[in-house]
Amino acid sequence: MGIFILYKTILSSGILMLSLLVAMYSTLIERKIAGFFQDRLGPDRAGPWGLLQPMADGIKLFFKEEFMPNTADKFLYILGPSLTMLIALLTSAAIPWGGNLVIGGKEYPLQVADINIGILYIFAIVSIGVYGIMIGGWASNNKYALLGAIRASSQMISYELAMSLAIISVVMMTGSLSLKDIVAQQHGLNWNVWYQPVAFLIFLVCAFAECNRSPFDLPECETELVGGYHTEYSSMKLGFYLFAEYINMFISAAVMATLFFGGYNFPFMDKLALSPNAMAVIGFFVLFTKITFFGFVFMWVRWTLPRFRYDQLMRLGWKVMIPLAILNVVITGIVILIN
Amino acid sequence: MMFTKYIFFFLSILALYSALMVLMSRKPIHSVLYLTLTFFAIAGHYVLLNAQFLAVVHVIVYAGAIMVLFLFTVMLLNLNKEEVSPKPVWIKIVVIIAGGTLMIVMIGIFRGYDVALKEDPFLTQIGLVKNLGRVLYKDYLLPFELSSILFLTAMVGAVLLGKKEQI
Amino acid sequence: MQLISGRSVVVSNKKMTFWEKIYLPAVLNGMRITFSHLFRKKATIRYPEVKREFAEIYRGQHVLKRDEEGRERCTACGLCAVACPAEAITMIAAERKPGEESLYREEKYASVYEINMLRCIFCGLCEEACPKEAIFLTKRIVPSDFERDGFIYGKDKLVEPLDPLKRIDVSKRETKEVLEFKKDKSKRHNQ
Repeated sequence: MGIFILYKTILSSGILMLSLLVAMYSTLIERKIAGFFQDRLGPDRAGPWGLLQPMADGIKLFFKEEFMPNTADKFLYILGPSLTMLIALLTSAAIPWGGNLVIGGKEYPLQVADINIGILYIFAIVSIGVYGIMIGGWASNNKYALLGAIRASSQMISYELAMSLAIISVVMMTGSLSLKDIVAQQHGLNWNVWYQPVAFLIFLVCAFAECNRSPFDLPECETELVGGYHTEYSSMKLGFYLFAEYINMFISAAVMATLFFGGYNFPFMDKLALSPNAMAVIGFFVLFTKITFFGFVFMWVRWTLPRFRYDQLMRLGWKVMIPLAILNVVITGIVILIN
Repeated sequence: MMFTKYIFFFLSILALYSALMVLMSRKPIHSVLYLTLTFFAIAGHYVLLNAQFLAVVHVIVYAGAIMVLFLFTVMLLNLNKEEVSPKPVWIKIVVIIAGGTLMIVMIGIFRGYDVALKEDPFLTQIGLVKNLGRVLYKDYLLPFELSSILFLTAMVGAVLLGKKEQI
Repeated sequence: MQLISGRSVVVSNKKMTFWEKIYLPAVLNGMRITFSHLFRKKATIRYPEVKREFAEIYRGQHVLKRDEEGRERCTACGLCAVACPAEAITMIAAERKPGEESLYREEKYASVYEINMLRCIFCGLCEEACPKEAIFLTKRIVPSDFERDGFIYGKDKLVEPLDPLKRIDVSKRETKEVLEFKKDKSKRHNQ
């Protein structure tokens, strides 16, 4: 029991550190990629290839003036960014990061919590993710911030539905809500994306909307709302909001890889005939490669597509994505019934 | 087991406190947020009863969807102004009588009902997806389907109300 | 109506086809285009290490030239101030005292000569207007400052140094046409 708790503590703090590190460096990668897409070089002055840029940004944020509007709701104003950060970090607990490690004849899964309703857990976290933004936007007592918060909440509620409907078809195929089972079933190259391309597409689009990433970044839409929900925020509180966005991106890339691209599975994994420990380590790096790819896709789309208009966003969510997802569920059901 | 008991007491106190604060806080937004906290505490109770599915669905539906809509509406209504006109005394008396009656009825129900537990509540299996699904789709299929029809009707009604043109 | 550029396109409200309506091909095409930019040559010039070439006749900060003997050429005629479209130049004329012949070439000189660099648009009209070949625009860039006052350049910043080695070379600005012009004896007011 003691070893078990120790192992879980190490694992969860490791994953926490990993998420933070990845989020830190995604800010650099995002700016680098933006630069390259626009025929620029991106930041490359802090350290070799700009590798110390995230540190510089972090230090800068820490030393910025802490500003709080005097009409703000003090407690909620501080609660907003903290809640956003907390919720962003919660999701990674249910994702299986690799196979089982075997140490001294005992199995140690590379997953913090193998809950039998893993997907629903992720959904619950995603659905409460909007609170941080709403509370922060409202507590600022600023029109732009409130508008941003309202946009964020309606957008997230709308796209949550299509997202969950898209996942239902995956769950129907697998017959389990546990992420571990879903990954285990996609052994080798038997990935869900081959069977559920439409569901994957819907999930991808909804993930963009849930992370408030371009082309759905209406909550912070600079051209209309100054800074959206974080207009009144400064210093590390703003940093938390921006940081949480990158963590969310990392986690949704991980969920995408887990649900549709086989998680830590890779083709010809049976032919390697390695020990379980080696397989777990390789599996982790395979999953990480997939996550990196999806992170790149997030940034790629951001620097390609212009922002949606608000009515277009709502129309896409309610009139295209949800009916398409329902149709997908029905077709999946019929195919399962026939087989 | 002691540990779970402590968590139980913590969650219960949290739930009661935040439920009281829903009524007592001055700003409507705070009330809504306290209500959300109550829901989270109750979800924690579900987890203690080994009903993760119920807990998660509770969070998704209540905290994630309904309370967000509440918050949304309250934010738009701008109810920050203090309530100026206090309620008349007779309304207060009526409310106290109604609430008290409800409490007496509840106490009566629980006194008459044998609440002795047959098994350890922390180890029960009823809240797991499989058992819950079996119960819902076998024993209570008709009420389940009827309630879904009720939801459908409500949705159609909402759409009708939301339409601009007269029908 | 005759279109001037001949490039305008009439807006058509034609029905989109199915493939256009689902937008995905267009989105993917856009992503292909941005991806191809990853491998393009970058336009960035890495400034402190690599400096961008200036044009030979770049118009930067002004200089008030001295002649070969180190005397100020400017005679405060005010033609530059008149020519200036941004009204950035002001000056106060003064009379040369006996004994100052080594400082000023003509009997009249500018005791105060100021250019407001925030107003200046670096058009070069002052240079064109100057009958005494006194004011020139150079390749130097006007440095940034924290105060607005710092951008009003007086004679201390504008007149070139007396030291012959530190003179500012404007020979590049003297193009063939200028040199031709100078050869015309009837217009040799400069010498």
